Amino acid sequence: MSELESAIGKSPPRLEAGEKAGGKALFTGDMVMPGMLHAALLTSPYAHARILSYDTAAALALPGVKAVVTGEDITGGPFGPVVKDEQALALGKVRYIGEPVAAVAAVDEATARLAARLIEIEYEELPAATTVAAAIADGAPLLHEEFADYVKVYQAPENAGNIMARAEAVIGRGVDGFEEADVVVEGTYEVPAQYHAYMEPVAALAAFAPDGRVTVWSSTQSIFRTQANLHEGLGIPMGKIRCIAPRVGGGFGGKAEASGQLVVVMLSRKAGAPVRLVLSRDEDMTTMRARHPGTLRIKTGAKSDGTLVAREMELWFDAGAFADDSPAVMNLALFYARGPYAIPHVRALGHAVYTNKLRLGAFRGFGNPQASYASESQINEIADKLGIDPIDLRIKNAIQAGEQWLGGQRIATSALVEALEAVRDASDWSRPRQARPGCKRGLGISAVAHTSAFLSTGAIARLQGDGSVILNVAAVDIGQGSDTALSQMCAAVLGLDIEQVTFAPPDTDSAPYDYATAASRVTHTVGRAVHEATAAVRDQLLEHGAAMLECPVEDLELRPGGRIGVNTQPPRNAEVTFAEIALRSIWAVGGPITGSGSFMPNDPMDPNHTQMSGFLSLEAVSVLTFGAQVVDAEVDETTGAIRVIEAWCAHDVGRAINPGAVESQIHGGFVQGMGYALCEEMVWEDGRLVNPSFMDYKFPGSMEAPDKIHTVILETPEPSHPFGVKGVGEPPLVGAAPAINSAVSAATGLHLKQIPLTPERVLRALVSKS
Amino acid sequence: MSNKLDITLQVNGEAQTLRVPPSRTLLDALRGELALAGTKNACNQGVCGACTVLIDGLPMNACLLLAVNVTGRDIISVEGLGEGGELSVMQQAFVDAGAIQCGYCMSGMIVTATALLADNPAPTREEIRAALSGNLCRCSGYVRVVDAVQLAAERLGQ
Repeated sequence: MSELESAIGKSPPRLEAGEKAGGKALFTGDMVMPGMLHAALLTSPYAHARILSYDTAAALALPGVKAVVTGEDITGGPFGPVVKDEQALALGKVRYIGEPVAAVAAVDEATARLAARLIEIEYEELPAATTVAAAIADGAPLLHEEFADYVKVYQAPENAGNIMARAEAVIGRGVDGFEEADVVVEGTYEVPAQYHAYMEPVAALAAFAPDGRVTVWSSTQSIFRTQANLHEGLGIPMGKIRCIAPRVGGGFGGKAEASGQLVVVMLSRKAGAPVRLVLSRDEDMTTMRARHPGTLRIKTGAKSDGTLVAREMELWFDAGAFADDSPAVMNLALFYARGPYAIPHVRALGHAVYTNKLRLGAFRGFGNPQASYASESQINEIADKLGIDPIDLRIKNAIQAGEQWLGGQRIATSALVEALEAVRDASDWSRPRQARPGCKRGLGISAVAHTSAFLSTGAIARLQGDGSVILNVAAVDIGQGSDTALSQMCAAVLGLDIEQVTFAPPDTDSAPYDYATAASRVTHTVGRAVHEATAAVRDQLLEHGAAMLECPVEDLELRPGGRIGVNTQPPRNAEVTFAEIALRSIWAVGGPITGSGSFMPNDPMDPNHTQMSGFLSLEAVSVLTFGAQVVDAEVDETTGAIRVIEAWCAHDVGRAINPGAVESQIHGGFVQGMGYALCEEMVWEDGRLVNPSFMDYKFPGSMEAPDKIHTVILETPEPSHPFGVKGVGEPPLVGAAPAINSAVSAATGLHLKQIPLTPERVLRALVSKS
Repeated sequence: MSNKLDITLQVNGEAQTLRVPPSRTLLDALRGELALAGTKNACNQGVCGACTVLIDGLPMNACLLLAVNVTGRDIISVEGLGEGGELSVMQQAFVDAGAIQCGYCMSGMIVTATALLADNPAPTREEIRAALSGNLCRCSGYVRVVDAVQLAAERLGQ
C-alpha cells in the first residue's frame, strides 16, 4: 500500500499557492460583477437602546443610492447556532455599540458610506450592562427580555437574568475530594478578549439570478452555516440559496457563523442588483466577534508525592450581546477543566453571560485556551509548592489510553507522555540559560489536550472521463491547507498523483453538507468522508476491471498512476487504466462512477463517570489528541517586557498527511497563542471598544515572533480514521500562553494570573514582589 | 464625487490613464480603476503592509499614498513582479518554502522581500525579520516566510 499512498506524508506546494503568490487569488472583496453596488453599514452608537423610528429619506435622496434596509426589511426569524437570538439587523433594540442597524447600497463605497450617515434613527437609551459583574448584579438591565421563548439546543437556566448558560460537571466526589489532598493551591485567573485579526476583513457579495435564486460569495468558514443563517434569518428556502467560498483570508473561528451575508442579500433583493460589502478594519473589530474574556477560579489538590487528587474550576465567560457559540465554548472550556490528567475528583462549573458588547464566539481553541491557561499555570504552581519538576509532575499524572475523559469518553490513544519527553529532550530542559544583563530567563512547560472530531460531513468523489477524479466537499480552506491535504488523501486511496485530483471550490449546489472549518476537524473528520467516497470509486473501478480483465476482483490490484493489474502467479501483463474504465462506464456499461461518504462522530458520554447538567450534547466531540510545549523566555527587569527566545512544540497528529502544513499550523498557532499571552487585548470603556485598529491592537510581528519554533510531529495513529489522522489546527495555540506563563514563573518566581502579560503588569508584579 | 482629475500612472511597466478624485488612494486606484486586486487592504492605516507596492523600487503602503501624487513614478504591484506570466524568483520561493497559508498578506510580504533583496542580496535571518517587520501575518508565525526569503536569496545568488 505504501507505493499507492505516495501522495501522503509529503509536502507538495499548496494547490493554490501559486495564484496567491502571483496576486491572482480571488478573495470576496476582489470580486466584481456587472452593475454591482457597494454596501455600507450604519451601526449603533449606544450599548443598549430601544429603536423608536427610522428616517431613511435623506439617504435615499442622495444621488447614487439604490437601496436602504433596516430591521423593518427582515423577512425571516431569529437565528443562531445554539440560541436563536439574533436578527439580520437590529430589531426593536440595539444591544452593543457597533451593532449593524441599517445598510445602504450605492454605486460606489464612498456614496454608500455617506448615505449611511444620513439615515436618522431615533433611540431611547436604556441602562447598559457592559461587564459580567454589571450583568449579573441585582436589578441589572435585561438584554433579552424574550430569552425564555428563544429556541435553544441545550437546557438553559430559567429566570437567571442575563445568564444564558450554566453548566456543571462532577467526577468522583467533586469538591469533597480535596479532603484527600496534602497540598491545595487556589487562584483566580483573568483572560482577555482576543481579536481574530484574520488579515482579510469580513466581506460578502450577493447576486440574484433571473430564476429568483441568490448566490452568495463570502469570506466564510462554512458555506452551509452561511446558508442556514440566510434561510433562518431571511426566510428564504434553502433551495434558493447558493453559497460559495472563494479564497478566504483567514478565519480562526471568527467567520464560522454569519457575518455580513444577510445584509448583502437584503440589499441585493431590494436594489435588484448584485451588492458587495467589505468591512473596514474598525468595523470588523467593532461588529463581529472575538474570544471570550473571562474569569476562572481554579483550585487543585495533590498528595505530597505529586498525585493530583482534586480539581475545581468555576468560570464566568462574558458572551456579549448575542449567544453565537458561547454556551458551546463555555462547555468546551469545562471539558478541559481537568486538564490531561486522571484527577479522580472534579467539579467544573461554567457560566456564559449576556453583556452589552459585541458577541464573543468561536476562536481557535474554543474555550480551551482560557481553561488551559488557568489549569496549566496552576499545575506549575503546585509543582513549585511540592518541589517537583513540572514535567515530572505532568508525566506522573498524565492520562493514558483507555482512561475516561471528563464526560466519560474513553481515550483511544495518548501520546502525552511521549510529547512531554520529546520537548524535554529537544529543549535540553535542565540546561541553565544565560540571561542578558538586566534580565531574568527561564524555561516553561505546558501540556495540551484537544479534540479533532466534530459534527457531520460528507464527500463526493467522481471519476472523470480521462481517469482523473474530482472531489466535492464543502470544507473551506481558510489558509490551513485542507484543500491540499484532502486531495492528498483522495489521491492516496486510488494510487494517483495529487495532480490527478481536482479539488472543486466549496459550493452548496454541488457539495454535501459539512459543518465548518472549525474544531481542528477538517483533516480528520472530512478526511474520513473523503476516504469513504474515494474508496467507493475504487470499488467500482475494480468491478469494471474484473469484467474487462476477465478475472475475479480478488485477483486485481491498484497500481500507481491510475491503473489496475492482475496480481496472480504467474504474472499477467494485462492492465486497464482508469481512463479506459471511465470511458467504459460512460459509454457502455454501468454509467458514471461516483462515490459518496458521510460521517457523524458519535462517542457517547458516560453518566456513571461524570454527572453533567446544562451541557449541549458533547457526543459529536471526540478523538482527543495531546501535545506539549516548552518556551524559553526572558523578562526585562527594568521594563517588564517579555521576549520569547525559542519554543519547542510536540504535537500528536496521528499521521501527518502533509508534514509541511502540520509544521505551519504549529508555527502560526504558537505565535497566535503568544499574542494571547503577551499583548493582545480588546479594551472597552462603557461598552465602547477603544482599540479597534491594528495601530492600537497589537499582535506579534516578525520581530516579536521567535525565529526558532522547533516542531516535533508525533504520529500515534487514530484507530477510528482510515489514515490514522488527528487534528492539529488548535492545539499549538492552546499551549502557548501557559508555557509562556510558566517560563515567566521560572525566570522570576512570579505565578502571574492575568494575560496578556503586558510589560506594565509584569513590572507591577516585579515591583510588588521586591 | 466631482473634481476628478485625469492622471497617468506608470504601473507594472505600462502607462495607465485614469480619472480619479484627488482623494483617491493609490490602493483604491489599483484595486478599482486598474483592476489589480492583488494588492490588499487589511488595516487601511499603514500598519499591516498588506498593500505594499514598490514606488521607484522602495516598498511603500499604497493605502497611505494618493494616486495623484505618484504620477511619473515607477509603480510595481505584486502582479508586476514576474515576467511573461511566470512567477518571480521571490514569488516561487514563497510557494516552494510553504510560506503561504491564507495568502492575504502575501502580496505585501513578497513585494517587501523583493525590495530587500534588491538592496541586500544576502541578508541574515535577523535582517529579513527586520525588513518584514511592517508586514503583519496572522497565519504563518513568520518562520517559513523568513525561510522563503532566504531561499530566494540563495537562488538569486547562484
